[in-house]
Amino acid sequence: MIRDPQLEKMSRVELEKLQLERLKKQVAHVYEKSPFYQRTLKEKGVKPADIKKLSDITKLPFTSKADFRDNYPFGLMCVPLNKVVRFHSSSGTTGKPIVAPYTQGDIDMWSEVMARSMAAAGMAAGDVMQNSYGYGLFTGGLGFHYGGERLGAAVLPTSGGNTKRQLLLLQDLGTTVLTCTPSYALILHETAKELGIDWRETKLRLAICGAEPWSDQLRDEIQGKMHVKAINIYGLTEVIGPGVSVECTEQCGMHIWEDHFLAEIIDPVTGEPLPYGSAGELVLTTLSKEAQPVIRFRTKDITSLTPEPCKCGRTHVRMTRVMGRTDDMLVIKGVNVFPSQIESVLLAVEGVEPHYMIVVDRQEGFKSDYLEIWVEVSEGIFSDEMSKMKDLEKRLRDEMDSVLAITAKIKLVEPKTITRYEGKSKRVVNRDELK
Amino acid sequence: MRVKQISVFVENKPGRLEDILGALEKAQINIRALSISDSGEFGIVRMVLPHAEQSQESLREAGFTTRLDTLLAYSMPDVPGGMLNNVVKPLTKAGINLKYFYAYTDPATKQAVVVIKPDNLEKAEQILKSL
Repeated sequence: MIRDPQLEKMSRVELEKLQLERLKKQVAHVYEKSPFYQRTLKEKGVKPADIKKLSDITKLPFTSKADFRDNYPFGLMCVPLNKVVRFHSSSGTTGKPIVAPYTQGDIDMWSEVMARSMAAAGMAAGDVMQNSYGYGLFTGGLGFHYGGERLGAAVLPTSGGNTKRQLLLLQDLGTTVLTCTPSYALILHETAKELGIDWRETKLRLAICGAEPWSDQLRDEIQGKMHVKAINIYGLTEVIGPGVSVECTEQCGMHIWEDHFLAEIIDPVTGEPLPYGSAGELVLTTLSKEAQPVIRFRTKDITSLTPEPCKCGRTHVRMTRVMGRTDDMLVIKGVNVFPSQIESVLLAVEGVEPHYMIVVDRQEGFKSDYLEIWVEVSEGIFSDEMSKMKDLEKRLRDEMDSVLAITAKIKLVEPKTITRYEGKSKRVVNRDELK
Repeated sequence: MRVKQISVFVENKPGRLEDILGALEKAQINIRALSISDSGEFGIVRMVLPHAEQSQESLREAGFTTRLDTLLAYSMPDVPGGMLNNVVKPLTKAGINLKYFYAYTDPATKQAVVVIKPDNLEKAEQILKSL
């Protein structure tokens, strides 16, 4: 279902006209209200009046995660505190947290792009939406909550955890749509299996998953095992939260809601813009935010964009599944690899379950000469014959070599050796962290 | 005779065999025969024991990856050359390959029992029966 055909199916020419108009206003707003942006624009020698066409965006300075930390907590805010109706914050795993203030206008815009995203995913008024994203400072919980309500769904705010009770409510209240991280979908599935719950006997038909990188193979697993359609959704705290982009039911890339977010792809090393189709770092500029707009925010997410029209009729540009983070990129003997690529190779081998861990010896930066992949032995791949187990090890090793051109040691480990994550999963560990 | 065998995947680290045996003791299950095949980093513990399904459930509950297979068990006199002449020679003659085997002595009958996994179970069973 297309919630707002006029905006979602707008011609590219019209859309770009709207973007330019909004970009001008957004740049003028930050320049006038934020000392931080005033300073960074001046350093770049650019003024709001210099934005005359969309491509002039490249004249503007980038904003990074570090800028948020260095100017914590209110340095990037563009409204007085009495206009703020809510704050969210992302986990401060490396120093100070990121603070995201919202005005009432921001909450309305966010709820609207979330409602639009859910409609694109195949949800509608009347659905029972079980929201297993964590409630609280994390944008996932309340972002989905407000979007679901705006669309007219019955929202069940279970938040994360207490898996058995979640399954009870899911069955008894007739949940049709599940919103959670892909990792949590797997935990729900494992627990359902233990309890003897058959997904086909529930009303669940759709899962909207995001907040962590996941692969197409993992999507196939979730879809096959839980008998649902699994839709990918994307967003960031710095920009707004979830709802920046989402897949439509065609499942061929995530539509970025371009009337609110302007997307660019750059070379992560040089910062130079890259054309459509090239893989690089996604850079986002908000076009309609009030409390804390961002100008050319470097997401560190690697993806590529296509403006080709989608079968669904939407004209908004599509981004591919995030291939990795510029931070997570591993360089194994000079070869660039993302954990998601390793996951794809593992899951392509029949019977291998998505429980794995990548152990690296991090010498400098992300460079490592040695890679070890721990794979849990499930009943599906276990054999009583040693030769078959050795064959499995060899097959996984050979696949890594032939598909990714990396040499990896495969270590078969017992079930539940690898920590299950309810929120964002951690797939790569440094050997030093393993005591 | 056909017997059920439980195999358990174990990482090669201290205390894992203890955990397997502990789980079976808790379920009051007596092991008839046990063999371990190891690769250095992990091993496969294979066991013949009564109540195979119940044993498997106990091991699963203890968190192990397990599987149940049907093998052949063949009794023979516990004398020199017993296994060679009663099992290995006839099967080799018929072109049957053994994937692995292990043996134990049954205290009740004083017979030697060999547990075998042939590449062709039906054929091996026929040959051993016809002896």
